[in-house]
Amino acid sequence: MITAEQKPIQEIRDMISPYKKILVLGCNSCVAECAAGGEKETAMLASALRMAAKMNEEDVLIEEKAIERQCVKDFVILLDDIIDQYDAVLSLGCGAGVQAVGDMFYEVPVIPALNTEFLGETKEQGLWLENCLGCGDCMLYYFGGICPLARCSKQLLNGPCGGSMEGRCEVDPDMPCAWQMIIDRLSRFGALERLEQVYPPKDWSKKQGVGPRRIQREDQQR
Amino acid sequence: MSRLRKVLDSGEFAVTAECGPPKGADPDAVLRKAELLKDKVDSINVTDNQTAIVRMSSLAACSLLKSAGLDPVLQMVVRDRNRIALQSDILGASAIGIRNVLCLSGDHQVFGNQPQSIGVFDLDSIQFLQVVKGMRDEAVILGGERLETPPDLFIGAAANPFADPLSFRVVRLAKKAAAGADFIQTQCIYNLERFGTWLKMARDRGLTEKVYILGGVTPLKSAGMAKYMKNRVAGMDVPDEVVKRMEGVPEGKQREEGIRICVETIQALKEMPGVKGVHIMAIEWEEAVGEIVDQAGLLPRPTLE
Ligand code: SF4
Ligand code: SF4
Repeated sequence: MITAEQKPIQEIRDMISPYKKILVLGCNSCVAECAAGGEKETAMLASALRMAAKMNEEDVLIEEKAIERQCVKDFVILLDDIIDQYDAVLSLGCGAGVQAVGDMFYEVPVIPALNTEFLGETKEQGLWLENCLGCGDCMLYYFGGICPLARCSKQLLNGPCGGSMEGRCEVDPDMPCAWQMIIDRLSRFGALERLEQVYPPKDWSKKQGVGPRRIQREDQQR
Repeated sequence: MSRLRKVLDSGEFAVTAECGPPKGADPDAVLRKAELLKDKVDSINVTDNQTAIVRMSSLAACSLLKSAGLDPVLQMVVRDRNRIALQSDILGASAIGIRNVLCLSGDHQVFGNQPQSIGVFDLDSIQFLQVVKGMRDEAVILGGERLETPPDLFIGAAANPFADPLSFRVVRLAKKAAAGADFIQTQCIYNLERFGTWLKMARDRGLTEKVYILGGVTPLKSAGMAKYMKNRVAGMDVPDEVVKRMEGVPEGKQREEGIRICVETIQALKEMPGVKGVHIMAIEWEEAVGEIVDQAGLLPRPTLE
């Protein structure tokens, strides 16, 4: 899923300050899973903003709503009936959600309330890990199911670097060294010899070769 | 031709030192260090924005050393340049007469004075070695396009015998040798026992016949530095005995003791089969190099045709 965290409230207040009628819009998919932009967080942010507005004697209308997915047109369109009541949307969607809402309602400013971070895993309650960069050419097979691009601080494809000590990464000792994990896991499979070969340079054109990526599938198009 | 290569090929025990370029644009700062190291060592490594701190470019500082009659080793890290820039700098380095390159990953940008920069890491150090070798030996760049004139470079890499996992350290050395390393400079050696274990593993795989291994040494300036390196520098192995030995002498004498330890380490390295030279990294203490080389009985440096 996509992970995100809420921006500082002051930054949000500064961004919405020109507007008088604001829809605080949550998203019940990824950002709900990472407790940043689901229904609950949306209600909490809206009430914090109302409170702050009240204390500062600002005359603004702040209302909230959460939809299933801000990044999918079929859900965003459900806002069609209510959107005209507002002069701005404060979105708790990921960056893609913010832009999808803006695409559909071009006249309305859509302001991000979250900082979108990474493609991650919910490791445990309150802990999310970046595990994939979306490189467009998955190499997990070769690396024992552990992604060296996302999880090694230096993106080494022929690691580990000289800073790997006791299974910890030199860049942040709170982080496990991805290469130690790769070696351990491949040994478990008896496939360590996979690492004897020099792994060739990554083909980054699959990620950024032709500018922004898109997936177009005729079999899915109507 | 690379002086370093000539010395190693002739079977002499090679001596290299390190020179960090200044945090400024003054060429004399480089030339002053060159003066200190001249005739004391065979070649001088010039670091590439080491610890991710912005300094004069390694390529420019190498060019200054070259003009002062020294044999520079151009360090290049993959942290700051993508494959286009790296290959281009390889060609440029060879064109201005630089004959040695050391291919490194580089310290992570978060440790330096530009923590907000992006880390490039388009190639890793092993892939970079392979690219440089391809450019030199086959006159091709990545992707297979031909070069009119290939670069003429003696290719080096780093190895850390002290990092984990030990068993894989030698696999990585083998990969570096296969990728194209002609010589290897190791992480600073304070733990000779562990170094010996690693070296034996390398010998058993026949790697000491494939690459010239230069043992890395750094003279300690103080007990404080020993402790700092032990506890704070990733990938560094400073045994307690070494810290204690430094602590055991009064502060005014610690530099001498540091030099003594360094000289003893070099003497031990000279006796180890498979070690073909030393690389002295006297961090911002280039003055010490001459003394160390002298005391270790490595002067005068050989004169070669
Ligand atoms: S190899 Fe690419 S697609 Fe696979 S996990 Fe890593 S970044 Fe994601
Ligand atoms: S310590 Fe491990 S995870 Fe960290 S940069 Fe080095 S190889 Fe990568």
